[in-house]
Amino acid sequence: MNEQAQTRAPVLGRDEGTRLQELIYALQECLRCALTSVRAHGLRSFLTVLGVIIGISSVICVFALMQGLTRSITQRFEGLGSNTLTLSAYTPLAEALRGKVNHLKPSDLEQLRYRVDGIANITPLVFAGARFGAQVRNGTNIANGQLFGTTPSYQDVNRVYPVRGRFITRQDDESRRRVVVLGEQMRKDLELPEDPTGRFVQIGTEWFKVVGLLESRGVVFGQNQDSILLMPYQTALSVTGVLTQQPDLWITFSATDPDSLDDVRHRVAALIRRLHNLKEDQENDFVVQSAETIAKTISSISLTLTLVVSGVVGVSLLVSGVGIMNIMLVSVTERTREIGIAKALGAPRQFILIQFLLEAMVLAALGGIIGIALGYGMAFGLSRIIANSLEGFPPPSVPWWAVVGSCGFSTLIGMVFGILPATKAANLVPIEALRYE
Amino acid sequence: MIELRGISKSYSLGAAECHALLDVDLDLRRSEFVALTGASGSGKSTLMNILGCLDTPSAGSYVLDGDAVGGLNDDQLARVRNRKIGFIFQNFYLMPRLSALDNVAQPLIYRGFSPAARRQRAAEALQRVGLYQRLQHKPNELSGGQRQRVAIARALVGRPEVLLADEPTGNLDSRTAGEIMGLFAELNSEGHTLVIVTHDPGIAAHCRRIIRLHDGRIVEDREQSQSGQVAMTAY
Repeated sequence: MNEQAQTRAPVLGRDEGTRLQELIYALQECLRCALTSVRAHGLRSFLTVLGVIIGISSVICVFALMQGLTRSITQRFEGLGSNTLTLSAYTPLAEALRGKVNHLKPSDLEQLRYRVDGIANITPLVFAGARFGAQVRNGTNIANGQLFGTTPSYQDVNRVYPVRGRFITRQDDESRRRVVVLGEQMRKDLELPEDPTGRFVQIGTEWFKVVGLLESRGVVFGQNQDSILLMPYQTALSVTGVLTQQPDLWITFSATDPDSLDDVRHRVAALIRRLHNLKEDQENDFVVQSAETIAKTISSISLTLTLVVSGVVGVSLLVSGVGIMNIMLVSVTERTREIGIAKALGAPRQFILIQFLLEAMVLAALGGIIGIALGYGMAFGLSRIIANSLEGFPPPSVPWWAVVGSCGFSTLIGMVFGILPATKAANLVPIEALRYE
Repeated sequence: MIELRGISKSYSLGAAECHALLDVDLDLRRSEFVALTGASGSGKSTLMNILGCLDTPSAGSYVLDGDAVGGLNDDQLARVRNRKIGFIFQNFYLMPRLSALDNVAQPLIYRGFSPAARRQRAAEALQRVGLYQRLQHKPNELSGGQRQRVAIARALVGRPEVLLADEPTGNLDSRTAGEIMGLFAELNSEGHTLVIVTHDPGIAAHCRRIIRLHDGRIVEDREQSQSGQVAMTAY
């Protein structure tokens, strides 16, 4: 063996492979060392990252539930179309505290119909429930649900159509016929036959003829969308005596030209302000919302909630980062001798530094991955439990960015809190580290 | 190959200054087999640490294989240790969790060898020290003599200029110590340069050149005839 003669490398030159390849081999080795050491202290590693696991799993759980909710709400509003605006009464908080409740008046509807250009469809929706106690009877069978007065255009606005009989017609409305269209659940509750047309139901003291059955829409948010009864708008006004009282009125309308939706909105707002005799400095006592803005409001609420939870979890992750740092410092002290040996054998400072940094990052990332799995499991279980008592609660959905984000964030935590221990390890003086007992 | 000129190492203990080495001049040639002896506290370990670039002298110059080592930073010194020096320690200093093969391959990691090339070289080195059957054993599954052989293989694997052994037989029984010294003699006859730090005159007697230190100074430097070899076999 003439090893001596074989290689006589210059001290500061390099003798094998390219720089990139060397780097890859070194990183590979660092990672292997890190994994070995995480595995060698299994229980300790697990306890160290328990904080990360709890933090990440709770944020994923909340994300999953909120995303599921938001998605189902958005899907519901998508049916309304972006060309549709909804006008409803709005009571500012200051006025509400004084006991005032603002309403839209049937006369507002008439004025809108004739005095605003560019409106294609206008559909009023009046809540008839309050007056009648929202009870519908068929003999001894009683059903509770939402009772609305509306016009034929309701079908197009809400995209709901009759499966039996017919919908409310313009003639029904004009002549204030006492006819109703039922939802599927309402029909079941009243124990009417599959085709209920021609039957009569009683609301309060009044009798109404069933002319149609609506297609089933299922449950959204624990509220059965089929527990519904529709009657002509004018009928609702007349039989409930709301012409003299204040009905709770919603007006849905669409613009003839989708591009002029904003103009229409402004014209409607200006007209209603004038009709309600609002002064310059007075707040609107109504709101004009598009389906989009309603959906946006809901997602902004869910976003706020998500951010608040993320903030709390962020703090808890910082705390668990300190835990990781602590254990890493212990680990560096324990392995002082090993570090000394590695340095005596020629390990450069960066190698030791990266090895310990990677160890902290691997620890935290493992915690993150376990946390994601656990959080999704928790969200799944929770949504099942909620769905038992609240029908139609949506299944959880974890967006990919939440997965990537929480993995990335936990790894970042590991890196940031690994810097101090890794620097300590890298800066050990070899002879002192070798002598360490 | 090694040139020390005016090397001093001092520590300040409070107000007093303590000299571990004082103005040491030393030349080592290639393929020498040298013993550094002296009582404990004589400065022999300090001298070895300086020779091994683990420690830097307070004064003086050190030229190793034509390169001045004095002005190098920590990472450059690590590089010199990795390429030019093979360490053998009294307590073996093996990584407890790694197999014999991985222990031997460790210095090559810092040289950017591929895993396959590392294993190949490490297996060769282990074969050289007679441990080819024990590649996958952990240090705690090996005897003291076998562990020291693993450590020697680790020192050899980087094909260094010089092997530095600090009391290599200190933790071994006399029979195993004799075997290890025999291995050193073989390595030396193959052309390896060896420096052995020992307080044991019996071990020093195996070496061809004996340097004795006392209070941080070289007080004796003599070459031995081949009679040392004879003494070794009788050990």
